[in-house]
Amino acid sequence: MTPALETIGLHKRFGALIVANDINFRLEHAARHALIGPNGAGKTTFINLITGRLAPSAGRILLNGYDITALPQAARVKCGLGRTFQINTLFRGLTVLQNVCLAVGEHAGIGGNMLRVFGSHRSVLEHAYHLLEQLHIADNALSLVRELPYGKQRLVEIAIALGLQPTVLLLDEPAAGVPSAETAIILDVIEQLPRDIAVLIIEHDMELVFRFARRITVLVQGAILVEGTPAEIAADARVREVYLGERQHA
Amino acid sequence: MASSRLVRTNLSPLFNWRPAHSASPVEALILRHRLRAIELLPWFLAICAYYAFADYLALGCQILIMILFAMSLDLVLGYAGIVTLGHSAFFGVGAYAAGIYAARVSGEPLSGLIIGAIAAAAIGWTSGLVILRTQGLTLLMLTLAITALLAEAANQASFITGGADGLQGVDMHPIFGIFNFDLYGRTAYIYCLVVLFVAWLFARRLIHSPFGQSLIGIRENAARMHAIGSPLRLRLVTIYTISAALAGVAGALLAQTTQFVGLTVLGFQRSGEIVIMLVFGGAGRLYGAFIGATLYMIAQDQLAKLDPTYWYFWIGLLLVLLVMFARGGVLGLIDQGLRALRSMR
Repeated sequence: MTPALETIGLHKRFGALIVANDINFRLEHAARHALIGPNGAGKTTFINLITGRLAPSAGRILLNGYDITALPQAARVKCGLGRTFQINTLFRGLTVLQNVCLAVGEHAGIGGNMLRVFGSHRSVLEHAYHLLEQLHIADNALSLVRELPYGKQRLVEIAIALGLQPTVLLLDEPAAGVPSAETAIILDVIEQLPRDIAVLIIEHDMELVFRFARRITVLVQGAILVEGTPAEIAADARVREVYLGERQHA
Repeated sequence: MASSRLVRTNLSPLFNWRPAHSASPVEALILRHRLRAIELLPWFLAICAYYAFADYLALGCQILIMILFAMSLDLVLGYAGIVTLGHSAFFGVGAYAAGIYAARVSGEPLSGLIIGAIAAAAIGWTSGLVILRTQGLTLLMLTLAITALLAEAANQASFITGGADGLQGVDMHPIFGIFNFDLYGRTAYIYCLVVLFVAWLFARRLIHSPFGQSLIGIRENAARMHAIGSPLRLRLVTIYTISAALAGVAGALLAQTTQFVGLTVLGFQRSGEIVIMLVFGGAGRLYGAFIGATLYMIAQDQLAKLDPTYWYFWIGLLLVLLVMFARGGVLGLIDQGLRALRSMR
């Protein structure tokens, strides 16, 4: 079976600096996969290569078996690739519901419609509101995003990505910056994501990673060091040395 | 299923625009574009002004034209967040196109408006395709450069534009062959008012459409709009073209009602002034153009009488105060006042 997402020999360098070194990566359908690695390992670069924010120096990217390497960012989204951002990238001056409506509307293909008012696309609004309910932020539907606590803003990040009905969802440190007391809420939401979505999560919070992921890939200096089940990764000596060792120093 | 969702109540934070009677957030958003009574106030006032200030209809005409111009700017600057100091390019092209059309081809007003709109839209589209690849300061400089290029072109092509002397021989036919442009500006005032009203209906529909909302999305966060698969360049060039067409109509109105076109229509000063008017009233609010242009034009008229040499100083002072203490312009101040009232209750 073709994987949901696959990179073949993905390579990226800025001058002499190699930030992605021959990455061969597979994300299976309905996967719960985590990408970990020390700071500067190239995790976010990897995400940006997949989503098309950066163009690779070499290699190919396949989404559901379809080569998307040459496609611009927007076209990849239409193919079912959704992402969230490590740092909140939201429409801060708009309400929560409007934030999600923009995504749902864009996915529904009405984003360029000038002749009808947004309110007449009722199904779009209801779909967006339904997502808010699923993520337990429906009570904040009419709050401005910038007035929400940070943890809830992280949920809006996820809601917008889900509004695109992705088949592959990339979560870039979903719990980053969230007070530890609220991490549980984020984790709840991530655990309840629809089963059929293949999820790749980048996260520093090891507790979250080991609770959520069924496979883990460790990235070091732009290359894959090792991949395996959480138990295998936890037992791997190289990972302890490179990653967990560093964490103890921190 | 939907109904159970609709019954769900929600916390209503203080700073919400949400009308109290709406049943759910979805309903609230659906009803958002509904016309509120206050939105008819400008039109009511404009009609009152026609009778109350019969001697000032020429100024009234100028105000209506500037409102239209500022409204067109609001679509790109206020809504889409395209920072421009070159919007007079489109105003000027519209004015020249309509003026030359009237002087050389036909003095029929409505076709002149359309010619002005098309000419300005064409310039807006071609320049937009090139300059909207850039952002920020680069974009600002390029908008300035386009205006400077056009102004110089109009200056050089004096055989058709009249150059520094201005375009002569603009002679208007009656509107629909019935309503003559009179000396008191009555016809001109009504004409401008009707055109502005139609443009307002269009702009209002536009900003409440998914397209208009996506422009706000681009203004708020372009990176996220890319990430939700929105074709940003297409959206920006589209609104830039539409806005240029509206600015062109405003320019055409000026050419037709004053029956003259001078090089100042393409001047940098006009570009700057219109930005000031919009910021004055409040950008990104549709009605900021109405308030800003009206206050500015009246202030200019009165201050120029009181203090003929230094009136610009007072405009400047007013602007500094407004930007320091009321970032959202006059409408922003009103919003703050209403919020304060609501929170006291």
